[in-house]
Amino acid sequence: MRARSDLFRRLSAVRRVRAGLRGWGGVGAMAVVCVLAVAFVLLLPLTQSRGEAGADLGGQQTVQGTQARAPKCDEATVQDQSPSPSDADGTTIDAIKTRGYLNVGVDQNSYSWGYRNPNGSSGALEGFDIDVVTAIAKNIFGSSYSPEKVRFRAIPTDQRIPAIQKKTVDMVVRTMTINCERAAKVAFSAPYFVTGQQVLAPKVSTITGHNDTLADKKVCSAKGSTAYERLDADKTAHTLPASVDIKDTVPNQLDCLVKLQLGETDAVVTDGALAASLAAQDPTVELKGAAFTTEYYGVAMNLNATDLVRRVNRVLETYRTSTGPDGWHASYTKWLLPTLRADSKSADPPTPHYK
Amino acid sequence: MTQPPKSSTAPPGTAVPTMPALPPQSGRSGAPTPRRTPDATPARRTALAEGVDQLRAAATTEPGRLRAIGALLAVLVVAFGAVAAWQTDSRATAAGDVLHHSQPLSSDAADIYRSLADANTMAASGYLAGLDETPATRTQYEKDVRNAASKLVTAAANADPGSSSATYIKQLNELLPEYKGLVESARANNRQGFPVGGAYLRAANDTMQNQMLPKAQDLYKNENERLSADYGNATPYPWFAIALGLLALGGLTWAQRRNYQRTNRVLNGGLVAASAATAVVLLWVVVGHTVARAGLNDSYDHGVKSLTVLHDARIASLKARSDENLILVSRGSETTTLPDKQVVDTYDWGYDQQIAALGKGLKLADSLADDSAGRKPVAVANSSMKVWISRHAKVSENNELGKYDDAREGVIGAKDATAECFNSVDASLNSALIQETKEFQQSAGDGLDAMTGLTVGAAVLAALGAAGAVLGIGRRLSEYR
Repeated sequence: MRARSDLFRRLSAVRRVRAGLRGWGGVGAMAVVCVLAVAFVLLLPLTQSRGEAGADLGGQQTVQGTQARAPKCDEATVQDQSPSPSDADGTTIDAIKTRGYLNVGVDQNSYSWGYRNPNGSSGALEGFDIDVVTAIAKNIFGSSYSPEKVRFRAIPTDQRIPAIQKKTVDMVVRTMTINCERAAKVAFSAPYFVTGQQVLAPKVSTITGHNDTLADKKVCSAKGSTAYERLDADKTAHTLPASVDIKDTVPNQLDCLVKLQLGETDAVVTDGALAASLAAQDPTVELKGAAFTTEYYGVAMNLNATDLVRRVNRVLETYRTSTGPDGWHASYTKWLLPTLRADSKSADPPTPHYK
Repeated sequence: MTQPPKSSTAPPGTAVPTMPALPPQSGRSGAPTPRRTPDATPARRTALAEGVDQLRAAATTEPGRLRAIGALLAVLVVAFGAVAAWQTDSRATAAGDVLHHSQPLSSDAADIYRSLADANTMAASGYLAGLDETPATRTQYEKDVRNAASKLVTAAANADPGSSSATYIKQLNELLPEYKGLVESARANNRQGFPVGGAYLRAANDTMQNQMLPKAQDLYKNENERLSADYGNATPYPWFAIALGLLALGGLTWAQRRNYQRTNRVLNGGLVAASAATAVVLLWVVVGHTVARAGLNDSYDHGVKSLTVLHDARIASLKARSDENLILVSRGSETTTLPDKQVVDTYDWGYDQQIAALGKGLKLADSLADDSAGRKPVAVANSSMKVWISRHAKVSENNELGKYDDAREGVIGAKDATAECFNSVDASLNSALIQETKEFQQSAGDGLDAMTGLTVGAAVLAALGAAGAVLGIGRRLSEYR
């Protein structure tokens, strides 16, 4: 809605300019044009630096897309566009309460994030993302909360957005990176985790990170993932040697660990959080070098579920700062500290900014 | 052709005993001796030329003609016997191959195919069950792998070096340990509680369904082609032998008629015996082949065709079952984009395809089954499949709703699970296969039995017939001495 009214405003400005610069209308049009031009010039350097990171967008496309969206979305600040926290109930939250349970899309195969422990007493899902969901459900249902109040659905990576749009799920908590393309289709909460693309390789490997040591090595990544697009762009931009073989793409990053263990690939690139989840399953591999991008995870919800988004933001605010056993730090210590360690940039929750 | 009759007389010599008996009334004015020159010395003439002269001379006298007729009849009958023996032998060999060689090999190849698919299903079920994996599942998996390995050895021994079958066997032999390695890694990781185990299982399943099973299927197709080729060699009528037999019989009849016209004697013992022997062989060949063909064709229509359809149906049910398990193991890890851009869960989609194939196969098997013994297990399989489909719908619903434990229970649980339906389908198809194999062996065995002794019988009787013809003519000939 907001985007449309913006566009309308600009179009009307153009029309007014065409109609001739007469009276206050002309002055107003000039002012609007000036503001747009300044905004564009100020944001241009940012769009270029993001152009490198967002490899999926061609250069020309990036500029065009930014032109149209410049006042709305910027990859560098997209994680700060969530509405401010609120405790108020709304139609979405009421509907969830009436229904009696929360529908959440999660990953069920992501170790430390969301997975079924076959050896657990109940075979229930567990992990960092699951803890976030539990915190949200506890807040929504209050004293009537019980584990049955949450229904976890296995959602494939490429079905996360359609599932939210079709309202199959109320929210997706599935190591989902906040970016402009997605933000146009779903509403994100404020970020609850910061990470970045990272290299995973055997401890004995000569690879030291995202650098020339990857020369002549086979690097595995998930099909269509940010990791693959970034590697491809880096090869084109010669920030990675041309001899890096990135042809190995698999349906799921777990398949990369299989390939790594079978010696069919030399390294895996995925975001640090998921790389840590892979490393946790194999003591002979480790994260190599620092993260070479910055990405924020957010809880994704329907664009119209503003009441729920605000409520989740409220929950996350408490969750981030809580030092108790149900807080962010306790969860990090339990699931991620052994592989990500305390000096990672992920070791503290990101500071939220709201729109 | 102008030489006087006398000139046809060969130079006197012991080598031509029949010549002095040459009667002047032979009448032929010009028995040709084209190579003769007045001054030719005997030494210069070739044996062939002399033979030709003799024949020519013989043809001009009744004893000579009788000799020629006798020889011709004997040759005809012997040729008939030889050809009949040869043609029936090649058909009997092919029919024997069908029963004892190519069908068992085809069945072995089907068994390799089934064992591999079954091993994969057991591995997936066992993985999904995790700590609850039953020893039966584990044992069945190991047994399947062993069975496939040992049947591959048999198949290898019967494959021609360099043939496509040999290549498939080699590739399957290479892939089997690789597959097993992946399954064991999956199991080990699952025991540790690592989800990478699921990725190993998907890799194993991919190796099986996309690499091994297609090769096993091609091997099975090759063996079926060999079987069809053996059928092709076993079933045609031996037309050449039949034609020769009719010719021999015609010749014998003509000789007897000629005999009757010249001597007014109705029967010539030797010739009658020869005719009888020839007729018996001819009849035997025709009837034996007709019966054998009927048996073999029946074994093909109701045995081989049914077996192929049933094997295919069973593989479809096994694939559907492993896909059903993998839906819950992969939990949305893998999606497939259909040609219409629709994105679906790879294993959900695979299950739908295989169940549809199973339904089609069972329908076909029902139409091919020729008796209630064959139709009954197919009907049971069909009704079990319907229950399976309805229970699977419930599983899908639970899975969709996030009731994972209920969904899992619905697949591998003890009560009202799809496991029960799959087991029933599998067991029914197995008994249908046993039934059809029995029918095949019965029909093909009957067919083969119809040719028993035909080869030797044809040879012996034809020899007797030839002897009869010679003796019969000899009897007439002795009247000229």
